[in-house]
Amino acid sequence: MAKSITQEFVKGLWDEIPPFRLVLGLCPVLAVTTTVENGLGMGLATTFVLVCSNMLVSLLRDIIPSKVRIACFIVIIATFVTVVELLMQAFTYPLFLKLGIFIPLIVVNCIVLGRSEAFAFKNPVMPSLADGLGIGIGFTLSLAALGAVREILGSGTFFNISLFGPSFQPFSLMVEAPGAFICLGLMLCIMNLVGNK
Amino acid sequence: MREMIKMVVIITILCAFSGGLLAAVRNGTKDKIEYQQLKFVKGPAIREILKGSSNDPIVDRFKLKVDDAEKSFFVGIFDGNADTVAFENFGKGFGGDIGVMLGVNVKNDKIVAVGVTTHSETPGVGSKAKTDLKFAAQFAGLLLNEDFKVKTDGGQVDAISGATVSSRGVCMAVSEAGKIYKQLKPRLINKLSEFNK
Repeated sequence: MAKSITQEFVKGLWDEIPPFRLVLGLCPVLAVTTTVENGLGMGLATTFVLVCSNMLVSLLRDIIPSKVRIACFIVIIATFVTVVELLMQAFTYPLFLKLGIFIPLIVVNCIVLGRSEAFAFKNPVMPSLADGLGIGIGFTLSLAALGAVREILGSGTFFNISLFGPSFQPFSLMVEAPGAFICLGLMLCIMNLVGNK
Repeated sequence: MREMIKMVVIITILCAFSGGLLAAVRNGTKDKIEYQQLKFVKGPAIREILKGSSNDPIVDRFKLKVDDAEKSFFVGIFDGNADTVAFENFGKGFGGDIGVMLGVNVKNDKIVAVGVTTHSETPGVGSKAKTDLKFAAQFAGLLLNEDFKVKTDGGQVDAISGATVSSRGVCMAVSEAGKIYKQLKPRLINKLSEFNK
């Protein structure tokens, strides 16, 4: 039975929220979430790509021959990623410098390709749009939450505003790579705990 | 066979469309990106060199053709006179090209200040060309001409100890800049007069 458009949207926010439920696309998740700002920027860039590529793949799903669908997906996704890259250079250059290589790497993000393959290629435009938007926002929220925890513990700041004053000793493990794994694991654990009740 | 042709045609159309879109976005954001890059990458060096100018040198810039290549010139207005211009030039260092930004006063041909912008010199040795401000300060106040050399080569510049090649690179960049300056001076004065209000 086909789900309603609202359901397609909402599922991305909890039931299938990446990276916690799908556990996909971990590379940018672990690498850029040292601050809330970075996480939010990365999430929004991915959301834009996800929504646009989902829409286009869904529109073209009857035209694209299924034998070369992956190649077509990559072309579509790569196009939108480059658009995002150019726009970020033009309008948010400092953020672009911080995210660096991870912006072009959205092309190979499993979530984007995964949604095209698993959802947009088989569903009409509106549900695909809702799916892209839902998953994208879910991804953004996850990144922002992860970034918030790591930034508050690791540098004692939130959106670059100091929270605890100069006497705060930063828990610097959290802003390093192992901290990302630990933090992600603990958050996953909490989500499962809440979800199983 | 028919299927094969269909696949090729569709991918070709998709790629052409993608190329067109990207070209359009690129054209639309080109000026903005150039400004952002100047502001955040070269901006600090330019502002340091034209310290105390009453305008924004990154806004007040113009381009001139030098040997088939375009070069950007940044105008510094001091006490209401647009008499100083900054531009970047490159010299061969130890690890690659060294970018040197220098400001020159067109009234008396004297160097206002010199700063290294980009380099790939050995950290801690050649990189001092950028971090050791005493080295760059030697150039300030000298006449901008074509023969800057380190003392071991019979010139007037004290090389950074252990980094003669890097020091030579900077001297080369400044000497080359002297050549360009000599060649362009009439046009520079012409252009600068447009900024005098």
